[in-house]
Amino acid sequence: MPPDPAAHRVIHLDDYIPVVGEPEIAEIRALASRLQDQSVQMVNSTAVGGGVAEILNCMIPMFQDLRIPVRWDVMTGGNDFFEVTKAFHNALHGGTYDDRAENFEIFLAYNEQNRQRVALDSSLIVIHDPQPLALVAGRHNHAAHWLWRCHIDLSRPNPLVWDFLEPFVIRYDGAIFSSPSFTHQLPIPQYLSYPCIDPLSAKNHDLEPAQVRAIVERFGIDSGRPILTQISRFDRLKDPLGVVKAYRLVRSYFDCQLVLAGGGAADDPEGGAVLTEVREAAGSDPDIHILDLPPWSALEINALQRASTVIIQKSLREGFGLTVTEALWKKKPVVASAVGGIPVQVIHKHTGLLVHSIEGAAYQIRFLLSNPALAAQLGEQGHEHVRENFLMTSNLKRYLALFLHLLCRH
Amino acid sequence: MKTARDPFRFSTAAYITRVCPLEAGSLAELSEALERSSDASIFYHTFQSLHRHHFLTEGYSNDFAQWVLAACNCSELAERLASFDIRDYLSLADLRRDFCWAVRDYCQTYPSRAEAPAFESFDFLEAVEVAVPLDLEAANLREFVEVLARLSHASIYFHFISSRLRLHLRTNDFSLWLERNLGLPSLADRINRIDIYTHTLEGVQRTLLDLIARQGA
Repeated sequence: MPPDPAAHRVIHLDDYIPVVGEPEIAEIRALASRLQDQSVQMVNSTAVGGGVAEILNCMIPMFQDLRIPVRWDVMTGGNDFFEVTKAFHNALHGGTYDDRAENFEIFLAYNEQNRQRVALDSSLIVIHDPQPLALVAGRHNHAAHWLWRCHIDLSRPNPLVWDFLEPFVIRYDGAIFSSPSFTHQLPIPQYLSYPCIDPLSAKNHDLEPAQVRAIVERFGIDSGRPILTQISRFDRLKDPLGVVKAYRLVRSYFDCQLVLAGGGAADDPEGGAVLTEVREAAGSDPDIHILDLPPWSALEINALQRASTVIIQKSLREGFGLTVTEALWKKKPVVASAVGGIPVQVIHKHTGLLVHSIEGAAYQIRFLLSNPALAAQLGEQGHEHVRENFLMTSNLKRYLALFLHLLCRH
Repeated sequence: MKTARDPFRFSTAAYITRVCPLEAGSLAELSEALERSSDASIFYHTFQSLHRHHFLTEGYSNDFAQWVLAACNCSELAERLASFDIRDYLSLADLRRDFCWAVRDYCQTYPSRAEAPAFESFDFLEAVEVAVPLDLEAANLREFVEVLARLSHASIYFHFISSRLRLHLRTNDFSLWLERNLGLPSLADRINRIDIYTHTLEGVQRTLLDLIARQGA
């Protein structure tokens, strides 16, 4: 297969005109024109891999295109630092934390080292996630506005880690969260900015029907019969066994196939165990396709979503659920659990159907398979919902508006 | 062609969403939280909701009604809340008062339903408007149409919907200008009667252009 040009493209804001329209891009330029004398600086902990780097790789060229001086600094640190921040990450998500006295020292030492290395002299500074959080300790004699963009769920943080980090958080001018349920009581303003997808990326750009067919048939999937799909890593919180049960309930009424596609099994021992359980649950059913995909499968995921008749996201817990955003963008009817950020995207009976049980999921899938016109309408409205609220351009606009708001406030 | 005394100056607005510490896990909690909610929050869940969901032209009126239906399964109250038309209100305080009254009344009538936990909680959010002039203006109907045809959704929303609160009048920026500056009261009135609940913002824009074309721009 030829290489996908979307994977290594140069990003220009005008490329998004066919997607969101010229007035929307003109409006972004009008907002940006008020920020020409400002400078923006983004700091995170990795240049590649992970959702934050993916967003910044797209967003930075957009700021450049808008002629707003922008810098992206990536924190450096040794393995000991990233082990500590990984432990913090899990603890902030409410997981267990192995308290080691030196952890806090390691965290502060690397933050101080980076503070010496990185000139934090822009007028608008956005620090992403907890790793570079303590860079704000160097904030003085400088009129810059500091924002902390927290991409993780802070609703139930481990108190030991939170008590250590909170004094840094409250030194910011504001914190940005991905969902109201991820926030924590703070004395600084808290803003909401939903995660977003890039409609021109390999995972989301348009594909020719023939290309979609060729890709799914390579996996042994019959593109002529209904396809129910859940894209997610093999994780118990995504309830893949529940999806298999729902499929079996639907299967008594419809001759359909189930695709469970995702990754994470190779480098995650629990993922491997879940994959084995799912394979056992599928048994010898030739219409259940379990695909353990490598991380570079964006195009394949795109095709699998586009080939699907119904997309399922039966998570027991969820962050924002960008796989739902991707499915809605492809005009697919979605049946999803009402957890995490999913109800923001799936507005029940308007942009998809929300469910609370395996039986509920099966019923709603049957309903959609029986009512293709309604399924198509949900898909269309879901697409518009994403276009309006969850694309990279919407994210850019939210940043510009927030910057303008901060500058006016002071 | 008549020239306006004051040209129409086009603007747009972007909205920031601020998180507030109010949430509701049942209808009783919604009733209490509504009483304490800010104007910015009522604006977010009603006026701004119409912007975020403008592409839904059947059965979506405001966030409160949708939550009562989807998370509390109370269609009677949902219908009642959905029936509040933002065009009937000149202030957010009046709109909040009516939401409070409807939810409180329902809770008193059905106390057991009031306490039933919702499937998911309702998070109160606030909208902060950041308005920006667009460097575009029109001095007559022809120029007005030319600019109108290339306006963004946000700009249409700003002038046609959220302007009602700014003006404290039962009209919008476009109608007001057409009436006061171009002496076109009947066109202004027809424009003001475009149904924002059953039109998308593109639909509003198309209807505006159509009404002006019939007027003979």
